[in-house]
Amino acid sequence: MNAGGAGALFTATRFTRKKLLTQRIAAGVFALMAILILIPLLLILGHLVSRAWPALSWGLIADLPRDGMRAGGLWPAVVGTLYLVVFSRLISTPIGVLAGIYLNEFARDNWFTRIVNLAVVNLAGVPSIVHALFGVGAFVLFAGLGKSILAASLTLAIMTLPVLIASTKEALASVPQAFREACWNVGASKWQTIWTIVLPNSVSGILTGVILEVCRAAGETAPIMFTGVVFYRSGGGTGLFLYGPLDQCMALSYHLRTISTQVPHVPESLLYGTAVVLVGFVFVFNSAAIALRVYMRSRKKW
Amino acid sequence: MTGGKGGRSGGRRHGGTRALIRDLAERGIVVLIHLSGVSAIIFVFGIFFFIFREGWPFLRDSFDVRGFFLSDEWVPNSKTNPRYGILALVVGTGSVTFIAMLLAVPFGLGTAVFISEFCGRKPKELLKILIEMLAAIPSVVWGFIGLMVINPLIIRWTGAPIGLNALNAGIVVGLMSVPIIVSIAEDALRAVPDTYREAAEALGATRWQVVYKVIVPAAKSGLLAAALLGVGRAVGETMAVLMCTGHSVNVPFSGEFPFFHALESVRTLTATIAAELGESPRIAAGPDGIFPPEARHYQVLFVLGMVLFAITFAINIVADLIVKGVRKR
Repeated sequence: MNAGGAGALFTATRFTRKKLLTQRIAAGVFALMAILILIPLLLILGHLVSRAWPALSWGLIADLPRDGMRAGGLWPAVVGTLYLVVFSRLISTPIGVLAGIYLNEFARDNWFTRIVNLAVVNLAGVPSIVHALFGVGAFVLFAGLGKSILAASLTLAIMTLPVLIASTKEALASVPQAFREACWNVGASKWQTIWTIVLPNSVSGILTGVILEVCRAAGETAPIMFTGVVFYRSGGGTGLFLYGPLDQCMALSYHLRTISTQVPHVPESLLYGTAVVLVGFVFVFNSAAIALRVYMRSRKKW
Repeated sequence: MTGGKGGRSGGRRHGGTRALIRDLAERGIVVLIHLSGVSAIIFVFGIFFFIFREGWPFLRDSFDVRGFFLSDEWVPNSKTNPRYGILALVVGTGSVTFIAMLLAVPFGLGTAVFISEFCGRKPKELLKILIEMLAAIPSVVWGFIGLMVINPLIIRWTGAPIGLNALNAGIVVGLMSVPIIVSIAEDALRAVPDTYREAAEALGATRWQVVYKVIVPAAKSGLLAAALLGVGRAVGETMAVLMCTGHSVNVPFSGEFPFFHALESVRTLTATIAAELGESPRIAAGPDGIFPPEARHYQVLFVLGMVLFAITFAINIVADLIVKGVRKR
């Protein structure tokens, strides 16, 4: 800006025009990047559903497989996945939530807490197949559970633990410190404060983490394929109680892997149908988590 | 522990069994909280211990550094001369990771910058939800997509005889690693104080100038950590690469241009464990405590697990140190 008086300040010079053009191009490039990453997602989902369309029916979920997995439904695999999810959540939710409480409410800022945090970060980074090896070594062999739903659920539970700890910690940390102080001032103990004030105010955040890990537990294949899941075991009926905790079971994720790579001549629509059922299962829970978070934000009191 | 209203807890002073029980229950739960708190440490050590326990006989009896790390001959099923060289597997993991990061790092960081700096509130919410959906797709479904969708596309577009190769797995793993890169990078960008932005804008800088002169330099270690964690994710991916790489032991490099052949099939460390653990039985030691040669295959897969564990451990520690370094400043 030269000394052209106040008016000149607001006229576009070549310099500002160039500057604004670069700004626009940059914003456009970044927007394009974001869109380019998400286009495959939409294309893939559309493709999966359109190819699976002929096979999609209630029978796909509720019927027993027939003809060497080349026809019929997925019921035993659906139930197996449900069992694995329920058992693994029962094991990992209490540990994960309590560990989150420890890290946010009890841990002091010292070297030990740093090590705990580092362990959580590392546990999150361990590849799923290494969890599988651990499950084989610890639960199947050492604990003598054999290949069973229990062993697979324990493996899944440990794999999903770190995210649960992190999300609980974050949910607790978002409760203002003043809430705790007010509670301590009326004579409540540390646990009473947590139980009556901190947890009720963070429960939806914790639940979001729990639900997201349901998705993960339902979708993982590697950790369960050597610890409890087999290609075929139907239990016979179409009821809910097909397996006992020490039985092996089928699972949707492993089933998709086997019918798409090991079994010849499976009709394409059944392959895609299986993928859609698995993705559908995961997305239902994922949407629930998102809805819960939106609801929680709208109700936040502080 | 119901109804423990703050005011009533003063009753503890008056004694009484109910108060005593409540006190004991409270102590119990505090002990449980501490136990759960240290559980992560126990599990990390547990993972290492149990994998080491199964793989140890191989390390003790037939491990030699050159034959293991520097040989590309992975022939575990040979009756007469089984060889366990992991070079080709490490190179396979490396090439898939490299292609994946070529795709995921620029796009992931770019998306994070867009979400954090260029985007309104509503589109931001929508983008985050879509990226979460991307993260939620199970890895076996990604493998299925590579097999059924990307495989024929690669054959059609490049004329390669088979579409299950490093490129296919790289694309799939790249898409899978984007969400973690976006979320860590966005955290790093959000951690840059708004006063930096305000100061730069007050000087007349455009949004773009703010981003590349101020925000990115200030958040650069966080962005580096995001890329590193993406690498960790790609190295550890199992099911998708098992289904997409073509799974042949192969070093996709040659002495002449273009040196690196993305259209060749490869095999990764993770996929090798996943494919072979099921068919290599665990054989116990004989009465003299010596393992028969057939027992090696099962054991060496656990040694591969140790290698993977070590790689991801190192990546995570470095990423964590980088992030911590930022926070201290």
